[in-house]
Amino acid sequence: MNTVVLSAANRMKGNALPGLIGAAKALMKRDLRLLWRRRGDASQPALFALLVVVLFALALGGEARALAGVAAAVMWLAVLLAGLLSLDTLFRGDAEDGSLEQWMLAPVPLGWLVGVRTFMHWATTALPLLVATPFLAELLHLPREQLPVLMASMALGTPLLSLIGAVVAALTVGMRRSGILVGLLALPLYVPVLIFGAGSVARSAQGLDPVGALLLLGAGLVLAMVLAPLAAAAAIRIALN
Amino acid sequence: MNRLLLWFHKLGSPPYFDRFAARWAPWAYVAGLIVMAWGLYGALFVVPADYQQGDSFRILYIHVPSAWMSMAVFGLMAVYAAIALVWRIKLCEILAMACAPIGAAFTVITLLTGAIWGKPMWGTWWDWDPRLTTELILLFLYLGVIGLYNAIDDRRAAARAAGFLAIVGVVLLPVIRYSVVWWNSLHQGQTIRLMGESTMDASMVQPLIWMIVGTKLWFIGALLMRARADNLRRESGKAWVAQLATAADGRTP
Repeated sequence: MNTVVLSAANRMKGNALPGLIGAAKALMKRDLRLLWRRRGDASQPALFALLVVVLFALALGGEARALAGVAAAVMWLAVLLAGLLSLDTLFRGDAEDGSLEQWMLAPVPLGWLVGVRTFMHWATTALPLLVATPFLAELLHLPREQLPVLMASMALGTPLLSLIGAVVAALTVGMRRSGILVGLLALPLYVPVLIFGAGSVARSAQGLDPVGALLLLGAGLVLAMVLAPLAAAAAIRIALN
Repeated sequence: MNRLLLWFHKLGSPPYFDRFAARWAPWAYVAGLIVMAWGLYGALFVVPADYQQGDSFRILYIHVPSAWMSMAVFGLMAVYAAIALVWRIKLCEILAMACAPIGAAFTVITLLTGAIWGKPMWGTWWDWDPRLTTELILLFLYLGVIGLYNAIDDRRAAARAAGFLAIVGVVLLPVIRYSVVWWNSLHQGQTIRLMGESTMDASMVQPLIWMIVGTKLWFIGALLMRARADNLRRESGKAWVAQLATAADGRTP
């Protein structure tokens, strides 16, 4: 399927090999088209996060004051779990229909394609959740003045989660069913992100400056943007060889 | 060829490694036991009680060496994994995967002794403190490496994938090491230094050094035994293993 897209990109550029941008465009277009054809599946991560939020609210008794104290942590967990569940689909479809082998043979670096795919995964699963965060936060009675910090920490933290998750998903791509193992491998690596992400909101709730934690998240994001696609590409080569 | 280099190349051969491990593992175990027994004797009977903590500080003679080992073994596992990934040395894959359960055991001992010490000293078994939390994550990483190794059918692919996870996990080691420096931690800071003056009294340091050497020797023994078992399992179809098995059974094939 991917070769078709790449050759389409070839035709657009007059049969020259696709460059980095051309390959990225083709891959994005394909992913968006697949997403559009399965619109029902696309909304599932957001629905799942909503359900997690509802379950937490019901389990905590629905009392506004109790909820406000833990709202940021619950939001972070909901987003993290929703991302975790969709990790398995990151490379699995392409591994099963053989596209991933074509990626490895493609004239553009494998790390680049992995990075683009990870970005698409973030844009289709975490971005809708980010948009829905103000509504969910309202459900949990999050104090309004903490909302900007929560949004900022999520905007920096969710791409980081996707990038770390990509490495884990790449490691397990060779298995028939990875199931709970993906969670077992990814969650320990998620812990620092969760500590700084939820921690920044907790600090601002105590009246402290949350910028330090946000800056660390940003630094982690920059580092992961460079290293994670390369690591995931190496992991794919290990898993498929 | 240089003799050392020749020996190194020979060691990569499974039958040669099997003989090497069978010969040296018991020695490492016995040496480790003796050194640790000497260290424990010093820790329990020779060293004076702490002026603040009384006798309960003595658990650190187990806690600190195993905490060091929990991190050192992870680093060693990553080094073996990197060698295995780059030069495709089969023995290094086996050694890397043999490291994981031993390191996990050291991590469990660290957490347990820390909890036992924490109850009388801090008044709690557990606290969500940076160093304790990062050590717990280290345990989960060990378990992840073991889980991934067991989840993939092909042994060599499994070892490479799990080894890669170990390399990724190395980013956690400096976080554990410096967690008492970066954050306000209930856990005490660094008191024992190899270079320069320790903030621990000299009379208390000596048994600790024996324990540190002892755990290292014990680890070598455990690593050789585990690697030998995995090596035999992987080579189980080969003639030399069959010979070894029949010789051990005392039957003729």
